[in-house]
Amino acid sequence: MAVNAKGAVAAGPDPLGLDGRAGSAVPIQLLTPEGERVGHPDYPLEVSAAEVQALYRDLVLVRRIDFEAIALQRQGELGIWASLLGQEAAQVGSARALGPRDMAFPTYREHGVAWCRGLDPARLLELFRGVSHGGWDPKAHGLHLYTIVIGVQALHATGYAMGIQRDGAVGEDGEAAIAYFGDGATSQGDVNEAFIWASVTNAPVVFFCQNNQWAISEPLERQSRVPLYQRAYGFGFPGIRVDGNDVLACLAVTRKAMQAAREGQGPTLIEAFTYRMGAHTTTDDPTRYRLAAELESWKLKDPIERVKAYLVRSQLADREFFERVDAEADQMGARVRKSCLEMPDPAPLAIFENIYAEPNALIDAEREQFAAYLDSFTGEEAAR
Amino acid sequence: MTVLTLSRALNEGLRKALESDPKVLILGEDVGKLGGVFRVTDGLQKDFGEARVVDTPLAESGIVGTAIGLALRGYRPVCEIQFDGFVYPAFDQIVSQLAHMRLRSLGNLSLPVVIRIPFGGGIGAVEHHSESPEALFAHTPGLRVVACGDPADAYVMIQQSIRCDDPLIFFEPKRRYWDKAEVDMTGGLAAAVPLDKARTLVSGTDVTVLAYGPMVRTCAEAAVAAAADGRSVEVIDLRSLAPLDTEAIFASVRRTGRCVVVHEAAISGGIGAEIAARVTEECFYHLEAPVLRVCGYSTPYPPSRLEEHYLPDLDRVLDGVDRTFGY
Repeated sequence: MAVNAKGAVAAGPDPLGLDGRAGSAVPIQLLTPEGERVGHPDYPLEVSAAEVQALYRDLVLVRRIDFEAIALQRQGELGIWASLLGQEAAQVGSARALGPRDMAFPTYREHGVAWCRGLDPARLLELFRGVSHGGWDPKAHGLHLYTIVIGVQALHATGYAMGIQRDGAVGEDGEAAIAYFGDGATSQGDVNEAFIWASVTNAPVVFFCQNNQWAISEPLERQSRVPLYQRAYGFGFPGIRVDGNDVLACLAVTRKAMQAAREGQGPTLIEAFTYRMGAHTTTDDPTRYRLAAELESWKLKDPIERVKAYLVRSQLADREFFERVDAEADQMGARVRKSCLEMPDPAPLAIFENIYAEPNALIDAEREQFAAYLDSFTGEEAAR
Repeated sequence: MTVLTLSRALNEGLRKALESDPKVLILGEDVGKLGGVFRVTDGLQKDFGEARVVDTPLAESGIVGTAIGLALRGYRPVCEIQFDGFVYPAFDQIVSQLAHMRLRSLGNLSLPVVIRIPFGGGIGAVEHHSESPEALFAHTPGLRVVACGDPADAYVMIQQSIRCDDPLIFFEPKRRYWDKAEVDMTGGLAAAVPLDKARTLVSGTDVTVLAYGPMVRTCAEAAVAAAADGRSVEVIDLRSLAPLDTEAIFASVRRTGRCVVVHEAAISGGIGAEIAARVTEECFYHLEAPVLRVCGYSTPYPPSRLEEHYLPDLDRVLDGVDRTFGY
């Protein structure tokens, strides 16, 4: 337990807390873009064929959900969509490293994380369709609500982790929080404040930064002169760079960092080196600020293709398996589409719901006025 | 009854809250060993430990942001912002996160976070230490905003605020921290005036004066002075700024026919403007005069050698009262 009865933080053996976990600029990789399984001394990952198949299925399904959502936006059914294209491995790998009692704090692009935490994809669409601002129960899924303001959730995750400490839930069987954010967010004060809080309180939190190279139109060099994983050292905890397009490496690195956090070894910053293959959102036009050649080079590192190549090459899956996954993806796409089209608009008076936990005379009075106003039309229609 | 300063009354109220609910935490800069720059948390860390009374790093957004996370984990954090003018770095966490979370979660989440802010001027301080930012928060749906005006209310209201399941901004009149008054520490909260209700401090028949925080005492004194001139002034301590206790306000104005709102904050877009609009809408045929405001000017808070001219005082309140009889 990191916080003793007096609340003092136990000192680690290494004042910087790095414990030999200092990272390298070469991203941790366990599966090459060509689909070749490689080893890493610090991350010996044992995965069965069934586990790799399951990860492949996750990757394919979340990409399909994403495609369907983009199509729905183009057809006017969603107001906007933030595509995760290219970041499937970073999200699925890290989220599959979480236990049911861990809590994830996403941005608005973490559709792969949401999928792995068991959230119905249709629930995600509510926010982008404008039916709710999120609306799911974070406790039921170990998934906090999508957060749109950049980086603020890093502090929420850290505070939550401080709660884990106070609950005495740090130890071998402990819990941890994980904060997702992007490269742009690392410039935000809140993310840096979260690093400070997590460091000085030794909080059980993992900071998972998907460096997708772009913050809308701004490349990484507008945010940092040093590799992002190295930021952690200045705050006194380890930073690790992982190949964000390698689902196995993301799984292994996140697993280790989460376990370290749960056991009371404090925070880790993981920089998942990846690429936003799509636009920032459906309103964005990346052709105005980046070269097509860059996208082409990243296509060769596609996070799904390499898993498929590995499964085929190692004869861990047959054609029937891939056909089955594709068929499931088709069904998923159809189901997501159907859910979206059938999604009712909330009743007008829902504007006044869930603002306060306790009775509020002001809201009550305005609701009453608006209800009376609405009723006045019903009377008019009846009169006609 | 025990005679306590307002600062001590808050301290005793916080102590009661810490004793009665193990989930209550205090977070802030210098709240531990030092006991806060106004000593409101004096001795609490010693008695409740460093895990419950937490000296945080020096960053206001971090204080509120981590308090949100702690509340998501089931805690009831009470944050101290050291001075009014230092709350702005936490503005996004308060306005866009804290205030929105319940709606964002369709009622699945409550964030019982209290943010204590010493506010107002009159202490000869440097810039950023005398401001009254309450309207910014009262304008923010999803927050409750209250201000205590005397030791008895301070003791009760801080406990009520901590028990409230909504995020709440708690304003403390810093120039009244050392005012002393009798506080009943034996009565339970059940018998107390509810947190969202105003309280009639002085009953009167000629004009309603509405105040909160540091101006409550000023207005009570003005009522005494006005009485000497034969004017019966009713003084209401609003206590809750969001939501306003409009029922109490309207009932009083309908009886007196005149209304003066007093606050230190800049007059434009302030609480007084909101009250004037609502009173005009709801009490129009009872009014003998327009609702007048006696407030700070629409300027940044001046250097302290000028603050006595900026701040409403007894004479300016009386002047406002007089003017309502000029229509």
